[in-house]
Amino acid sequence: MTITDKLRTPTDGPPARRRRPPASTGVYVVKVVGLTLIAATLVSVLPTVVATGQWGFLAVFVAVAALLVAVYSTRRAVPAKYLVPGVTMLLLFLVYPIMLTFQLSTTNYGDGTRSSRSEAITRIVGTSAVQVPGGAVYSLVVGTQGTPTAGPFAFFLVDTQTDQVFRGTQTELTELGPSEVTVADGTVAAADGWTMLTRQQVNAISGADQPLDGFTVPAGDNAVIKVQGFQAITMRTPLVYDKKADTITNTDTGAVYHPERSSSGDRSFFVDADGNRLSNQSWGENVGAFNYERIFTDSRITGPFLSIFLWTVVFATASVGLTFFLGLGLAVVLNDPRLRFQRFYRSALVLPYAIPGFISLMVWSGFWNQRFGLVNQMLGLDVNWLGQTWSARVAVILTNLWMGFPYMFLVCTGALQSIPSELKEAAAIDGASGFTQFRKITFPLLLVSVAPLLVAAFAFNFNNFNAIQLLTRGGPFSSDNPTAGGTDILISYTYRLAFGTGGQQIGFASAVSVVLFVLTGAIAAVQFRATRFLEDVN
Amino acid sequence: MRRIMQTAIAATTVALLATACGGSGSGGSTGKATETAPVRGSQDLVIWTDEVKLPAIKAVADEFGKANGITVDVQAVVNTRADFITANQAGNGPDIVVGAHDWLGQLVANGSVDPVQLSADTIAMYSDKSVQAVTYDGQVYGVPYSIETLALFCNKSAVGDQAFATLDDAVAAGQAAKDAGKVESALNVPVGIAGDPYHMQPLYTSAGGYLFGTTDDGSHNPDDLGVGTAAGIKAGQKISALGQAGVLSTAITADNAIGLFAAGKAGCLVSGPWALSDVRKGLGDDGYTLMPIPGFAGMDPAEPFAGVNSFFIASNGKNKNFAQAFVTGTTSGGLNTVEAMTTLFEAENRPPAMTEVREAVAVANPDVETFAAAADAAAPMPAIPAMDQVWTPLGVAYANIVGGADAATEMTKAAETITAAVAKS
Repeated sequence: MTITDKLRTPTDGPPARRRRPPASTGVYVVKVVGLTLIAATLVSVLPTVVATGQWGFLAVFVAVAALLVAVYSTRRAVPAKYLVPGVTMLLLFLVYPIMLTFQLSTTNYGDGTRSSRSEAITRIVGTSAVQVPGGAVYSLVVGTQGTPTAGPFAFFLVDTQTDQVFRGTQTELTELGPSEVTVADGTVAAADGWTMLTRQQVNAISGADQPLDGFTVPAGDNAVIKVQGFQAITMRTPLVYDKKADTITNTDTGAVYHPERSSSGDRSFFVDADGNRLSNQSWGENVGAFNYERIFTDSRITGPFLSIFLWTVVFATASVGLTFFLGLGLAVVLNDPRLRFQRFYRSALVLPYAIPGFISLMVWSGFWNQRFGLVNQMLGLDVNWLGQTWSARVAVILTNLWMGFPYMFLVCTGALQSIPSELKEAAAIDGASGFTQFRKITFPLLLVSVAPLLVAAFAFNFNNFNAIQLLTRGGPFSSDNPTAGGTDILISYTYRLAFGTGGQQIGFASAVSVVLFVLTGAIAAVQFRATRFLEDVN
Repeated sequence: MRRIMQTAIAATTVALLATACGGSGSGGSTGKATETAPVRGSQDLVIWTDEVKLPAIKAVADEFGKANGITVDVQAVVNTRADFITANQAGNGPDIVVGAHDWLGQLVANGSVDPVQLSADTIAMYSDKSVQAVTYDGQVYGVPYSIETLALFCNKSAVGDQAFATLDDAVAAGQAAKDAGKVESALNVPVGIAGDPYHMQPLYTSAGGYLFGTTDDGSHNPDDLGVGTAAGIKAGQKISALGQAGVLSTAITADNAIGLFAAGKAGCLVSGPWALSDVRKGLGDDGYTLMPIPGFAGMDPAEPFAGVNSFFIASNGKNKNFAQAFVTGTTSGGLNTVEAMTTLFEAENRPPAMTEVREAVAVANPDVETFAAAADAAAPMPAIPAMDQVWTPLGVAYANIVGGADAATEMTKAAETITAAVAKS
């Protein structure tokens, strides 16, 4: 019994063409309102998409809207009416992000490589600028000869020390006499032929890519007059970028910096002849399969990979197995009609499920504390639970058992109640004992409905980052390899590799996600085949 | 064939769901991190910070807004640093971000912040330590306003009302109280199973250890790592001795150290100003003593890390003029005024970075003055990227040493790991 069976049935024979009765007014209204909403949504996102020039998105939005209108405005294409929303969502929210992740995994995107090459160079040169010692500080008013947003603009400057007045453009600095400008409170108030801008107007045209972005007035001797708030200061940058040679020269020291790939292999820095970096700023690049190569060749990753993979499988298997059998056992016991207070017990058992997972995990990490933890205090033990590999693994699995059994309990209770009692009664009449009934009738029937959920639970626990991170952070660690802890599963381990030590390596992390995705998918595929056999047996 | 397709579809769906769960899980490790950054407001000046700092920043920013007739919005962002870097790069970040000085390494590497140009007179208003902290690659990148560091809290009823001249005296008094059954722990220094180099730093430095040497211009030298040197190993041995004596323990973690002390179960505690309210609540306003962490007898002074809270100007902000006028301003609501810094202090109660304000509030706030004095003895946390490679290996080494492993081996291994990681980055 599958979805495709259901879908296939009506089309199996020749389609019976018959006139359907006209739709009711209600359906019609819903249809019109729905289609209007789709059109309205499209119209409302259009300005943003067009303004930011995201033409790909625009095409997708228009196509999706057109598809929705085409499918729902007519009375044809009935199967599509059911399929389109789900498939669209699947494509937009699952397939598209995976494609993006894959695309990101071929870049070096991360800390220090977020900007483009030219941005990085501009910033390296820009941030080296310093105020000229003893250089003039001016009060600043910006004037325009045209509109307040397009210019042409000029700086009207009053030296805060000498009260000299200047007009500065991007090409020259001119001193102005008292007849040319009106000065009030130390700033220029008016000048013939110029309109003075308000502070808000100045601020509005100073952001990135605005007319005043990078507006500087030459002040001689390589120095420039630059805006700082509503003052202007004299600044000088010792660095000069030579586009032709692709080098940055420090004019003070004469040092020449050229771009060079660092030993990490995925990014470049400007370095001098001795290899000293000018700046820790690098830039984004496509690195092809480098991130994937790194996963399979970096000894820090491949070294502990096998043992971590095995533990991941053990952890996921043990978590699913233990929670399932505990949940099943409790479900069977509580399903017995002779039991009193059934509802009370059931509610009590679901409690761990009702507490937010991350709170339980934080509390449990305290419970396992050697000296102050509940576990040792109640049992009178002195075990350093989270401090030794094997005890930490036991602690992690037990905690996950506590976290997960209510789910299995709920699932099994539901499945048990759906098994017809006639089957058991028939078996009882045939002389089967209670245990035989369970083993031969109840359990196989239950497994048919629960097995796919077990596969899903396995896949979830395979990547159960929270359970590890919040409980042990992957520890305990050996000093030989502080990147691979005793309870690390693949996802917590790779998380630490990509984000743990400061700099975020998002490109690398994406490559790891893709590999994990393939791995989880393969395991799930194998398991689904196995559950299929289970179904066939029955 | 159909069956294979079905299997493939089902497997893909499960894998997709699982990776989706894993993905959101990795973002949501704190349970709050999945919240997206707030949408940048349309105000004339937008500032991002965290929830704790928000009231103080709002107070001082509102005054600037009033003085200049502009609208100001201060927003609390959960992952302030990461969200700021991303949003700034995308062009929808704030104009100013407020955070700790040791963010600078990452912020500068991403080109997320602009240097600020302060006059020599303005810089002279701040303590040397705080200016040193906000200086990176020879440029001043922020305006400091408060300094946080570790100090020594002691429980009066357990170890008496005395100022300890050495850390050994404090430990001895704590051990006596422990032997007498008054407390369960002599001295709470968070270690935990993964180690805690931040809280261990005063002990490590007092025992002669250092993390990075300094170059001639006073900046940290990533090539001079002190962890595996003779000095570092000697400091490791001192930590080992404290572990053997049962003073340091991996059972004391950052999560329980303050709570146990506040509950009267520890003689002394190494912690920061954030512990004050819990300690006062637990032991009473007069139930504890507070002092800068003394050094070990006959060894170096303890030099904990100092964190300097600072204002940084976003490189991609929409309102650069107002941001610069606020952060570099010395008049009309600008930050570099006694009034603004006093407003910040009154809302936050952390030791001020501006010398004049610190002196003005010292008498009325003895605990703040103690933390300020502790900050005088502290060293700004290195902001260089190499520091990121130190935390995990050194923490593991500390945890293992406290747990009984050989100090020389552990410190040497940690040094090897750090050196290799620094070279790779």
